[in-house]
Amino acid sequence: MMKNLIIAVVLATLSFGVYADTVSELRKGEIKQNIKPQRIPNVLNTDQKVQRNYPMQPPIIPHKIRGYEINTKVNKCMSCHSRTRVSESQATMISVTHYMNRDGNFLAEVSPRRYFCNQCHVTQLDTKPPVENMFIDMHKLISKPLVKE
Amino acid sequence: MKWIKAFWNVFRKPSVHYSLGFLTLGGFLAGVIFWGGFNTGLEMTNTEEFCIGCHEMENNVYEELKTTIHYSNRSGVRATCPDCHVPHEWSNKIARKMQASKEVWGKIFGTIDTREKFEDHRRRLAENEWVRLKANDSLECRNCHNFEFMDFTAQSERAEKMHSKYLETGEKTCIDCHKGIAHHLPDMKGVKGW
Repeated sequence: MMKNLIIAVVLATLSFGVYADTVSELRKGEIKQNIKPQRIPNVLNTDQKVQRNYPMQPPIIPHKIRGYEINTKVNKCMSCHSRTRVSESQATMISVTHYMNRDGNFLAEVSPRRYFCNQCHVTQLDTKPPVENMFIDMHKLISKPLVKE
Repeated sequence: MKWIKAFWNVFRKPSVHYSLGFLTLGGFLAGVIFWGGFNTGLEMTNTEEFCIGCHEMENNVYEELKTTIHYSNRSGVRATCPDCHVPHEWSNKIARKMQASKEVWGKIFGTIDTREKFEDHRRRLAENEWVRLKANDSLECRNCHNFEFMDFTAQSERAEKMHSKYLETGEKTCIDCHKGIAHHLPDMKGVKGW
């Protein structure tokens, strides 16, 4: 009993230390300090397709989507990206998987489980990420020379 | 019938007591006051304060407008209700104002006096506006967004492509693509282009 309590106290202290460090790192200042907030970055609106970091990555949205409504009444994205709209809009058609239900049957309209586009597809901001990303593309990884241990 | 005849008899006879100068000048002044008053009254109903004087407008569509670029943007130029919903040209304005008497009826009988009732009517009301803007080639958009002075090079790539393919050729007008830019959209099932 006593042992468990000591472990709990030690763990709590340690985790608090870690937590406090992380927060202070991201804020770049002491907790009690008033930090000048960053400028709100703009959404990238280049209309240029961005390479996916891995084959299954949902492609990012290369344009602004301010005020685009996606609800039970209307889906603004579909007014350009649905199968019936791409000839006029010249936008990329949503992938055929979006018409499949979970049993793999194709539906006439976009499947309800894929309906809310920005659950997976997001815009990008014109800014530096606050935390560096260590992800390595598999092509880079396999092109690296093998290091013998 | 009798009093019409009596009025006509007085009306067609020359004036006995008043001079010609008094009648012409007096008529002119009364005309100025009447016309000025009429136009001032008309302009008073053509302000945003008047529109959102009813909670039907203030708590529904005005709240929606507030989140859009036509309300708040980098340069501070904004569109008020009548900029888009009332024609600027006089005779069309009067025609629209006469139509609006129907809206007074709606106000009195509370046709859209809750958000739920408003949502039930939203498709019909939106269609009225789409039809109006389609018929006048999106005139109220073009009062500010003049095609002649649009710099395509300053637009994003897809905007430039769409505008040169569909707008410049006159194949489409603003409202064909830009629906729901200032308010929420109704159920768009069956609407062309959705």
